[in-house]
Amino acid sequence: MTAPDQAAGDVTAEPLLEVRDLKVSFRTEDGIVKAVDGVSLSLSPGETLGIVGESGSGKSVTMMSVMRLITDPNARFEGEVRYKGRDLMKLSQDQIQKVRGAGIAMIFQDPMTSLNPVYRVGWQIEEQIRAHEQISRQAAHARAIELLAAVGIPHPAQRVNDYPHQFSGGMRQRVMIAMALSCSPDILIADEPTTALDVTIQAQILNLIKKLRDDFGTAVVLITHDMGVVADIADRIAVMYAGRIIEQGGRRDVFYDARHPYTWGLLGSIARLDRPKPRRLTAIPGLPPSLLRLPPGCAFGPRCPHRFALCDERPDLLDKAGDGHLDACHLDLRQKEDLRETTIHPELIEEAK
Amino acid sequence: MTEASATPAPGPAAAAEPAAAAGRATARGPATAPGPAAATGPDTTAGPAAGNGEVLLRAEHVTKYFPIRKGILLQREIARVHAVDDVSFELRAGETLGLVGESGCGKSTLARCIARLYPLTSGTVVFEGRDISRLTRRQLRPVRRDLQMVFQDPYASLNPRKRVGTVIADPLHIHNWGTRKQIKQRVGELLELVGLSPEHVNRYPHEFSGGQRQRIGVARALALHPRLIIADEPVSALDVSIRAQVINLLDDLQDELNLTYIFIAHDLGVVRHVSDRIAVMYLGKIVEISPAEELYQRPLHPYTEALLSAVPIPDPDLSEQRTQIVLEGDVPSPVAPPSGCRFHTRCRYATEICSAQEPELVEHGTQGHMAACHHPLDMARA
Repeated sequence: MTAPDQAAGDVTAEPLLEVRDLKVSFRTEDGIVKAVDGVSLSLSPGETLGIVGESGSGKSVTMMSVMRLITDPNARFEGEVRYKGRDLMKLSQDQIQKVRGAGIAMIFQDPMTSLNPVYRVGWQIEEQIRAHEQISRQAAHARAIELLAAVGIPHPAQRVNDYPHQFSGGMRQRVMIAMALSCSPDILIADEPTTALDVTIQAQILNLIKKLRDDFGTAVVLITHDMGVVADIADRIAVMYAGRIIEQGGRRDVFYDARHPYTWGLLGSIARLDRPKPRRLTAIPGLPPSLLRLPPGCAFGPRCPHRFALCDERPDLLDKAGDGHLDACHLDLRQKEDLRETTIHPELIEEAK
Repeated sequence: MTEASATPAPGPAAAAEPAAAAGRATARGPATAPGPAAATGPDTTAGPAAGNGEVLLRAEHVTKYFPIRKGILLQREIARVHAVDDVSFELRAGETLGLVGESGCGKSTLARCIARLYPLTSGTVVFEGRDISRLTRRQLRPVRRDLQMVFQDPYASLNPRKRVGTVIADPLHIHNWGTRKQIKQRVGELLELVGLSPEHVNRYPHEFSGGQRQRIGVARALALHPRLIIADEPVSALDVSIRAQVINLLDDLQDELNLTYIFIAHDLGVVRHVSDRIAVMYLGKIVEISPAEELYQRPLHPYTEALLSAVPIPDPDLSEQRTQIVLEGDVPSPVAPPSGCRFHTRCRYATEICSAQEPELVEHGTQGHMAACHHPLDMARA
């Protein structure tokens, strides 16, 4: 395993959060499910990391584990999660409770299920502030109104007394963001924050996250299945497949110089508006593997069009070119260079013929 | 493939010979039920070239209001949700009409009105030359053979307690199609047609992944050789890599079986990929309807422009270069839609006339490109 110690771009500070070889497995009736299988990540202050993957790739479980939110007694954790010099995996419940919200905050996909329907939103924001700070009720209330204003909710002084059902989906997600920011965390983890929302509302929420990140200097981890969402917000991108990171690098590297056939497949399968319409979309054949029975060797092997003998051995996530762009694929860089475009856009080759 | 080599008795050779649609209506089932559809005998010239065929479906002033009631015993209607309001369009055999808009814009309700899963408040739906908007359940039955739906959530639309074979055979049983043996064979054919193994016939839905379940939903819709398939967000619940597989499948089936689609989705990329024409809906109205490429190249309605601009581009440089139009606020309530143009509350070009007078859906410049806007965007714009 590689220790991803290289920081992105100009950020040279010590990592704020560092995950080292995290493994999460669940004991089930059918066997052991390896949801996360050796993930290493780092996040620098103020940086935005995009984690992209399909359902079941382990992206949410990784971040839920960082927050120690998985309480399933059948879950087993290995590895280290270092935040400000402490290993979060070893903290007591009381100690981790202090980190949640104040140090690392999280927002989820469905804002309706994350808000309590029987309490006013203001009360819910105040509760969180008062859990972390010694502050009067009035002061907390005033702060709640400020926060609602900061996330762009019109008439915050009145809206603070409304219940969650009185807000639209986009507005509820704004409330969640207000709540997450209430204790000025260092890190905001956003797990598919816009998946349940319409495109126009998605654009609003992404702009809001960007603005708040820039205003408050919060580091952001954005989990999504949509490459388009991370295209202009992330500094670095990690692509996950079957519980592992299979490619990781700067945003431009991953989009313009992708080095893993799975990433190529993801890029090819998007129906894009900015290009002429292809005759067919590039589909990745087959299904993601069962996490109960991962194939030996490369997990993407059975679906990979470029599989060869070496793929029976499990590839490590390596920085082969020495440029901070990591991938877990046995093909060498020259081969990748040759195969990339034809895999992403097979039509280009057909046309050339 | 499976269609062309269909069994002699129940096998309608429709796919093999697209022009034989008239004969097809009668050849459809072994139990010779001519049905009203056969009488209309549509003369079809629909080749694979989309939209050249005869008008398969015509919606005229389709309106659907849902009443909001109050009171326990004497329920008074206190308001109405204007889900679909005076929508008209035509659909030609062999083409794909994409229907886009945000959640709550009425696109699913419109689809369900057309399929007569909801009764219409007013307006007519003419399918295969016949007004189906006032038919009774029994009268609708033969229509349903030709008009099928595929739903969004493949987890909710398949009965978890029925085997896949039973799920797909259900429409065949309901329509008294063939003998037990013929049905069994047809189910096998259908599974193969959608890219599943005929051996899966005895499995239960939970044994399949989301993408495979959606294939089962498609197989069920195809069972009776429909002419029109209304697909309501068929790929929205699927993962990106699987989404492309299902879209390609629907594409292939259309070519093979000469199907007509109404394809509903909120993902504009997907809609562009599958559609020949696209209708954009906002608050129960069609605000723009146009040939697909034309819509993306030259949107006329400010709402379409904003919708297109909100789609994330999976390309960092392009994404940074473009200026996004971010719409303020949310979609207004369909209980009390804004006066005049329903988009005027969020439109950056709105003037006085927009709140006073409702714009009509009229053609602007290019043939077949219609928009309902007082200030359609400059068509000469680069």
